[in-house]
Amino acid sequence: MSKHMNLTIKVWRQKNVQDKGGFKTYKADNIADDMSFLEMLDVVNEGLTKKGEDPIHFDHDCREGICGMCSLYINGRPHGPKTAITTCQLHMRSFNDGETITIEPWRSGAFPVIKDLAVDRTAFDRIQQAGGYVSVNTGGIPDANEIPVPKPIADEAFNSATCIGCGACVAACKNGSAMLFVSAKISQMALLPQGQQERYQRAQAMVNQMDTEGFGSCTNTGACEVECPKEISLTNIARMNREYFTAKFFKEEEMH
Amino acid sequence: MILDAKIPEGPLAEKWSKHKFNLKLVNPANKRKYTVIVVGTGLAGSSAAASLAELGYNVKAFCFQDSPRRAHSIAAQGGINAAKNYRNDGDSVYRLFYDTIKGGDYRAREANVYRLAEVSVDIIDQCVAQGVPFAREYGGLLDNRSFGGAQVSRTFYARGQTGQQLLLGAYSALNRQIHEGKVKMYNRHEMLDVVVADGKAQGIVTRDLIDGTIETHAAHAVLLCTGGYGNVFYLSTNAMGCNVTAAWKAHKRGAYFANPCFTQIHPTCIPVTGDHQSKLTLMSESLRNDGRVWAPKTPEMAERLRKGEIKVADIKEEDRDYFLERKYPSFGNLVPRDVASRNAKEAVDEGKGVGSSGKAVFLDFADAIKRLGEDTVREKYGNLFDMYYQITDENPYKQPMRIYPAVHYTMGGLWVDYNLQTTVQGLYCLGEANFSDHGANRLGASALMQGLADGYFVIPYTVGDYLATIGPKPIDDKHPAFAEAKKSVEEKIAKLLSLKGTKTVDDYHRELGIIMWEYCGMARNEAGLTKAKGLIRELREDFWKNVIVLGKNEEFNQSLEKAIRVADFLELGELMVDDALQRRESCGGHFREESQTEEGEAKRDDENFAFAAAWEYKGYGEQEELHKEELVFENVKLTQRSYK
Repeated sequence: MSKHMNLTIKVWRQKNVQDKGGFKTYKADNIADDMSFLEMLDVVNEGLTKKGEDPIHFDHDCREGICGMCSLYINGRPHGPKTAITTCQLHMRSFNDGETITIEPWRSGAFPVIKDLAVDRTAFDRIQQAGGYVSVNTGGIPDANEIPVPKPIADEAFNSATCIGCGACVAACKNGSAMLFVSAKISQMALLPQGQQERYQRAQAMVNQMDTEGFGSCTNTGACEVECPKEISLTNIARMNREYFTAKFFKEEEMH
Repeated sequence: MILDAKIPEGPLAEKWSKHKFNLKLVNPANKRKYTVIVVGTGLAGSSAAASLAELGYNVKAFCFQDSPRRAHSIAAQGGINAAKNYRNDGDSVYRLFYDTIKGGDYRAREANVYRLAEVSVDIIDQCVAQGVPFAREYGGLLDNRSFGGAQVSRTFYARGQTGQQLLLGAYSALNRQIHEGKVKMYNRHEMLDVVVADGKAQGIVTRDLIDGTIETHAAHAVLLCTGGYGNVFYLSTNAMGCNVTAAWKAHKRGAYFANPCFTQIHPTCIPVTGDHQSKLTLMSESLRNDGRVWAPKTPEMAERLRKGEIKVADIKEEDRDYFLERKYPSFGNLVPRDVASRNAKEAVDEGKGVGSSGKAVFLDFADAIKRLGEDTVREKYGNLFDMYYQITDENPYKQPMRIYPAVHYTMGGLWVDYNLQTTVQGLYCLGEANFSDHGANRLGASALMQGLADGYFVIPYTVGDYLATIGPKPIDDKHPAFAEAKKSVEEKIAKLLSLKGTKTVDDYHRELGIIMWEYCGMARNEAGLTKAKGLIRELREDFWKNVIVLGKNEEFNQSLEKAIRVADFLELGELMVDDALQRRESCGGHFREESQTEEGEAKRDDENFAFAAAWEYKGYGEQEELHKEELVFENVKLTQRSYK
């Protein structure tokens, strides 16, 4: 049988991007320990709605840890106290009866708040648009098995490809750096044979866009790696730097 | 109106090739004079938007999520089928076609399914070229696994997140076209109506979810790639935002809705824990390759287990009933989803369920771990096991998973012809949102295949034919139909915001879900369905009097978003019940208790029901009109499905 608890939540409320915003405190009573964190917020929101108060707005969709839509800075940590999961996978059994939980949006200049806990992460899309692809059109492709990939390389590329684009890395970083996110895509493509043709162009274009969006620099604190729900490794950043500097200094002829 | 499926003449294997030749082409220099709207950016939408932009058309793409990468295709776990025959185990285009038709319980169109199987091989090539990191063997070539309803290994996969990897591939192709300026992307925009002018779809009405701006967009053709309607059940494995609104608005503007009662209940989901439950989580069907489904042999033993008097480990091997292996020796745990789900329900109904609610059976990996070792099992299913552990706090390496069926996919959807065009000219429907390829039951790993087939390899040909026919003349957005559609959206929103009732949108949604699951879920009968119809009508009436929707339109307003979606589910629910009522046979996921064999298996009635039911909207609250598309089977022989 599930246990129940009474909690206090301190939530960041902000009407829109212009609003200054501030914390508000709510009671979350009779919360079952097998509820997910977002289900706890649902319960609070149902109560608020019935009282005629605007419910707490937050982004969420798949609720199974893969779409990357949910965010939330919980008690000072992106996606809450546990590692290798997203907020939607966090369950209330990780909290204790009587506890006060502080909930904030992602904190980064490059992710402006839309309302309450929802932020604008379209900067991530624009970085991907700058070069996060292999330029192949639909159709006229040779048989898939004509491009063999050694399994260890394929596995490593896959590890980079598991990034869900949630932005926890940026939120965790004291500099608001997006390097873990950007390096994951650059790594995936740099490792695979399919990515070789545009390898250096891609690295340069994506890094330039990242800088344009106003993300900070990396000072190797490693907070991003600790908080990443998909455990993307810091090695990706080293690989990105190598790709970027090789592009900058030795591959000018490959740029377009 | 007579439904013309426009199936090309000639032998099955030549239909698509001949049809492609017969379709009109748009001159490369003229393509840039056309605009195409794509709604939804899952596998079908992203692949269609990217492919059409590559051809030279101007594309406007819309998604309600904050990024196109988050569409719910992302959550597909297990894999994607393709008739590559890389395993040398007897696969072929014809076998994939046959398995899909049979798996769908002979309620899909032969020509569409054959085309799907035919282009499946190109999909894998396309995805690999994009850099999708499929699982590989040590020789560097692609790996495969087997899936339910097939006796060959034709499923390509990327650990347990095939959907995410395929979607990121399509998203990358889309991004390239956004970068080129050929696709204009609208994130956080929801489509709320289709503009039909002079009998043709010429645009849509959208709401900007951030500031509430309602505007119209004009185009030469509109493609709906908006996914399924499983959330009509409130609890499903769909994402929270999945909805029927785009398809339903199209339906109300003249697109027929086909086979709405064909819903897929997936056998392996994590059981419900309480009233607070907001969604259900699927455990990939691929787990049934190595997991064995069982329940205690007797209700008494199950009860002692539920009460905690004994532990799972105390149940001896001979007291465990591996019911799928026992009843279906040749397919065993890999029977199709509908069969597996019904058998789990049967075990629970007989009192043999496990877990605190008693609504679960076991999926056990002990044998696989013994045979392959924990490391190999982790390599294959690690992320699924982790996911299970996160949700239940139980370690599936040490004790069997508890699973129970949940709504997962909807085979029904907008009726489309062979060209994927709905009954409204210029309005197309792709992927899960249409009804075309899976009949009454979809096989595992076939949803990803269909989404990408439609988007990459079908629509670029078929929509060209239509565009060539209408010509590149600009669309006149001053046509009164645009203003009328926009006004109807504004009025509906104003109405919702004015109600100030006492029940929340979720209260209504949850109640609708209970009605649907109880009477239009895994087993259906005349009396229950008739009752459900009345209950849904009452609930809908009450909703329009008594719902609370706070705030205003001109802001980020998640209550309003939900209210608009649930209002449409309340209309769709009734149509699903009507469809289930008229189909007095059992087939695939639709199990009518009045129509079963002596052994309790689904019994089809081919003489009376070998048709696709296409419903025509007749006005709010009016009985819809049924049109039948007779299904003609020239290549496969209709037999009672047997997986014994």
